[in-house]
Amino acid sequence: MNKVVASADAAISDIKDGAVIMLGGFGLCGIPENCIAALVKKGIKQLTCISNNAGVDDFGIGLMLKQKQVKKMIASYVGENAEFERQLLSGELEVELIPQGTLATRCMAAGYGLPAIYTPAGVGTEVADGKEVRKFNGKEYLLEYAFEADYAIVKAWKGDTAGNLIYKETARNFNPMMATAGKVTIAEVEELVPAGELDPNGIHTPGIYVHRIFQGQQYEKRIEQRTIRKKA
Amino acid sequence: MALTKEQIAQRIARELKDGYYVNLGIGIPTLVANYIPAGIDVVLQSENGLLGMGPFPFEGEEDPDLINAGKQTITTVPGSAFFDSALSFGMIRAGKVDLTVLGAMEVSESGDIANWKIPGKMVKGMGGAMDLVASARNIIVAMVHSNPKGESKLLPACTLPLTGVKCVKKIVSDLAVLDVTPQGFRLLERAPGVSVEEIKSKTAGKLTVEGDIPEMKF
Repeated sequence: MNKVVASADAAISDIKDGAVIMLGGFGLCGIPENCIAALVKKGIKQLTCISNNAGVDDFGIGLMLKQKQVKKMIASYVGENAEFERQLLSGELEVELIPQGTLATRCMAAGYGLPAIYTPAGVGTEVADGKEVRKFNGKEYLLEYAFEADYAIVKAWKGDTAGNLIYKETARNFNPMMATAGKVTIAEVEELVPAGELDPNGIHTPGIYVHRIFQGQQYEKRIEQRTIRKKA
Repeated sequence: MALTKEQIAQRIARELKDGYYVNLGIGIPTLVANYIPAGIDVVLQSENGLLGMGPFPFEGEEDPDLINAGKQTITTVPGSAFFDSALSFGMIRAGKVDLTVLGAMEVSESGDIANWKIPGKMVKGMGGAMDLVASARNIIVAMVHSNPKGESKLLPACTLPLTGVKCVKKIVSDLAVLDVTPQGFRLLERAPGVSVEEIKSKTAGKLTVEGDIPEMKF
């Protein structure tokens, strides 16, 4: 089974205005740089983006925000993006902030075929407004629904032509559960190899979840907070 | 003298026990890692998907694929493990993480915490804080006792949008160490040279003071 497409442009060619898109990554770590660049080039609008963060002003999802391609952002933390804050305060951008574990688990639920999950995160806070609360063993939990996304776009370290994926270090983050959650899942990888070359014991995302895969180019991998220590 | 940020972190580090899995939040809590007492073996969890977080890398050894939840470049220690965000919050919800240390804008006498939003001013999001406070077995808050105007941040009830309810167990502020009990705040220790009266005057929530309150030593 060969899932390889030629490029980021080809991978996202059928995404239209108004689509709901999941984008993997935590901060700028493990984000699908090539597909974001292609989405910016394509210029489609009115998108709903589900991603833990919203990039920074000039990188990641921030590039899509700058072009006003995003109608609604669903995220857990958006603190690094001034343009985001401006659009939010001016009412141009709709934003739903949800707890990070809830975000991860709602993606996971979609990929596991579960319509909803119960989580204690947000009980007694404004996150709980309008949600079903149920008590298990004396503790309260909120009912949270699985996400429905038209596309999930993820970034992996290595992938094969059958769509199997392996992530590197903390660039794994949201990518595996988002990969399971898209109606169509697009994976960009740093290194694409023929099926059979990756050790099946070490696969993080089985290819059944992945519809399109390509080898990305010229990864910038920008560091958000470069912290170092001095050699003694 | 009020404690410095480093001293707050140093005092919190004394709460660590051998064998603990610990999640440290952004800001002062991150500094706790610098003061882990000798002979105490703890494993640091970073909720973006790492157990076994090590110190910052040496210059030139930064790896963009290896960051902590504050998006800082880090290293790993021997025995570390990477995992995805769903499993990360799975282990947090399942109570596997022994201690969470995080910052707060306000804490109430019943242990409610507010630290993610100032309506009309700051909208950054809660990140993983709501998940952590809803599930961690033990939560220590690192904070300053009052705002720059001198108004207490230890309140009868929080005024800002809540992050979690009835969850904070202990507070280490720049002035004091306090437990949160069913009867409100209980003063345990005071910063060097800070009087019980000053702590009382800067604690708006219900405060119990019993017997002599020792000074913290550094």
